[in-house]
Amino acid sequence: MGEPGTKEVLSLEELEASVGLRTGRKHILSILVENKPGVLTRIAGLFARRGFNIDTLAVGPTDDPTLSRITLTLDGAMHPIDQVTKQLHKLVNVIKIRDLEPSETVARELALFKVSADGSTRAEVMQMVEIFRGKIIDVSKRSVIIEVTGSFDKIEAFERMVRPFGLIEMARTGEIAISRGRGET
Amino acid sequence: MMRAVDAIMECLKAEGVDVVFGYPGGANLPTYDAFVDAGIKHVLVRHEAGGGHAAEGYAKASGRVGVVFATSGPGATNIVTPLTDAMMDSVPLVAFTGQVRTELLGTDGFQEADTFGITMPIVKHSFVIQHPAEIPRVVHEAFHIARTGRPGPVLIDIPQDLSRAEIDYQPVEDVHLPGYQPTLDGNSKQIRLAAKALANSRRPVLYAGGGVINAEASEELRELARSGNFPVTCTLMGLGAYPAPDPQWVGMLGMHGTRAANYTMDEADLIVAIGARFDDRITGKLSEFAPRAKFIHIDIDPAEISKNVPAHIPIVGDAKRILARLVGEYRALEPDNARLTGWWERIDHWRSTHPLKYDDSADSEIKPQFLVESLYKATDNGECILSSDVGQHQMWAAQYFHFNKPRRWINSGGLGTMGFGLPAAIGAAIAVPEVPSVLLTGDGSFQMNIQELATARQFDVPVKCVIMNNGYLGMVRQWQELFWDRRYSNVDMGSFPDWVKLAEAYGATGIQLTDKGTLVEDLKAALATPGPVVVDVKVTREANVYPMIAPGAAAREMVG
Repeated sequence: MGEPGTKEVLSLEELEASVGLRTGRKHILSILVENKPGVLTRIAGLFARRGFNIDTLAVGPTDDPTLSRITLTLDGAMHPIDQVTKQLHKLVNVIKIRDLEPSETVARELALFKVSADGSTRAEVMQMVEIFRGKIIDVSKRSVIIEVTGSFDKIEAFERMVRPFGLIEMARTGEIAISRGRGET
Repeated sequence: MMRAVDAIMECLKAEGVDVVFGYPGGANLPTYDAFVDAGIKHVLVRHEAGGGHAAEGYAKASGRVGVVFATSGPGATNIVTPLTDAMMDSVPLVAFTGQVRTELLGTDGFQEADTFGITMPIVKHSFVIQHPAEIPRVVHEAFHIARTGRPGPVLIDIPQDLSRAEIDYQPVEDVHLPGYQPTLDGNSKQIRLAAKALANSRRPVLYAGGGVINAEASEELRELARSGNFPVTCTLMGLGAYPAPDPQWVGMLGMHGTRAANYTMDEADLIVAIGARFDDRITGKLSEFAPRAKFIHIDIDPAEISKNVPAHIPIVGDAKRILARLVGEYRALEPDNARLTGWWERIDHWRSTHPLKYDDSADSEIKPQFLVESLYKATDNGECILSSDVGQHQMWAAQYFHFNKPRRWINSGGLGTMGFGLPAAIGAAIAVPEVPSVLLTGDGSFQMNIQELATARQFDVPVKCVIMNNGYLGMVRQWQELFWDRRYSNVDMGSFPDWVKLAEAYGATGIQLTDKGTLVEDLKAALATPGPVVVDVKVTREANVYPMIAPGAAAREMVG
């Protein structure tokens, strides 16, 4: 094999591939979409047919009535995130996608817990609620409904703490998130 | 004020649409009423699938957007296959479907189907009309999305009552799609890096796909190949993007590609993929695909880059613009192309030791490959638009019909749709009437949309259909022979129908050819016969397409 004999020499060995890396951590994608019928179906359908699993999904309005924000979390150990975002970008109604950097993001989730609480355990449950800065929003003779807001981990921690009292049921919104600082998410 | 359907006609004219394909029904009666006075040619197909594939053939042959109309329910579900086909092969298409009246939506009304839901995964984008006033803007947005970026099918679903509503029509000047901004100009730094990598490569190869044809970038591809004396291979969809008679052409690559092309890829140190997507029929076993190569990947769709094969130098944008700049950057580096002498010696060795070949026995039997070669000669060395269906005949056509211009080879690659060929050949003939439209089909595929012979006859479309007739579903039979112990299951088609009689029943000319010695002359005579013609050519029943990379095997393990 002859020498390249070119003006600028480059060893091909130096080239590195931009592999679709699996990051191994949780990712929060903040997706700004047009507020039009069927948009959520398109996103859910895309995830289903490409084999991407959504961990949580939250949809709501933004300050602009023509736009909605979808916040979804997924596991970066299972999916190459860049392939997920590229596929999402192909949807015409998707305007912007941010893969939020955990350290520069504030994420919160709201959860409702219905927990057994009769005379003997009620005080203890209330103490737990106080520690987690939750709220008791409904009380009956044998149970309470607790509202807790916080990060995914905090909600998980609270669940572990109240489960021994008798967790009757639980509902969670999934995280919503916004980036820190002056700039838009 | 005018009816929304009349506004649709105005929009079509503004988009330069001169012909559409379609089929009327209850839910699109208003649209068909508008066709009466619109002055737009409407080709009445005999099945909506035929309409969709005809629109594809029209688009592939001309580069313009194909348009198909269908009614609600079964009309819409019948275009599901053409829509999927257009999505897989990046064909610009706009489909208008009727829908039941808004008051009936969601009630399982007569001929109601959830067309939006059914077609969602198989279109580039879709619109469901909710207010009649939005129709003109939506039509123009649909055309814009279909033809720009990576082309694809766009569907517009219009409830019947909204389509007949009166609207205040104003011509639409521009489209507003904030979430749709395809990147066209490749990153300059990346293009320079690509040029540098090419200048330093010792075993480079250009691997071009259908994207080169979509981008009208064939001339730029030739320039790049010439500037560096690079070998060129094309995918099934890319055939014609580079002239097959050219000495730098190493043949098609992939499952039924040439050994030279596949070995070149296998030993390359640098592969430039242009508008190609590393389909499994190209790569074979992914972990052993081109193990020594670095990859430059040029594609307008960023999601294709590093999807199957990680790219070392990704360049997102329009192939025509990027290749033109890449040629300039490469030349500026003043590389010494003599460095490729050894590489070309190796490639020439593969080409001379492994040419495409078949056993052409001297007897009277016509080998399928011989038929393709004869058809090539009968068309003055490929002076036609050749459409094909799907199966063995398609692969033999890809191997032996030496395409030397883009948009002269129309087939269904990604989806592999039998029944694609006849309507596509009709669409191509209508789009480019000055070039003969020839269909090479199989006796299996042809029957899947045979009804379109009536369309060809009624609209005087002089499509010449050559049937490679082996009485088998040949490709399935080949796989049963090779991978399923020759346990033939439901692949024998018998000798039905009588093709000459069938052609005559449709008002076409039917011809059966059996004489190998006069095949070229006989084909010439058939092609010169006016109107639609069906030519039945019986070929060797059990012939296999070779060479072949078995599914899941590596290129080095090519057989046959």
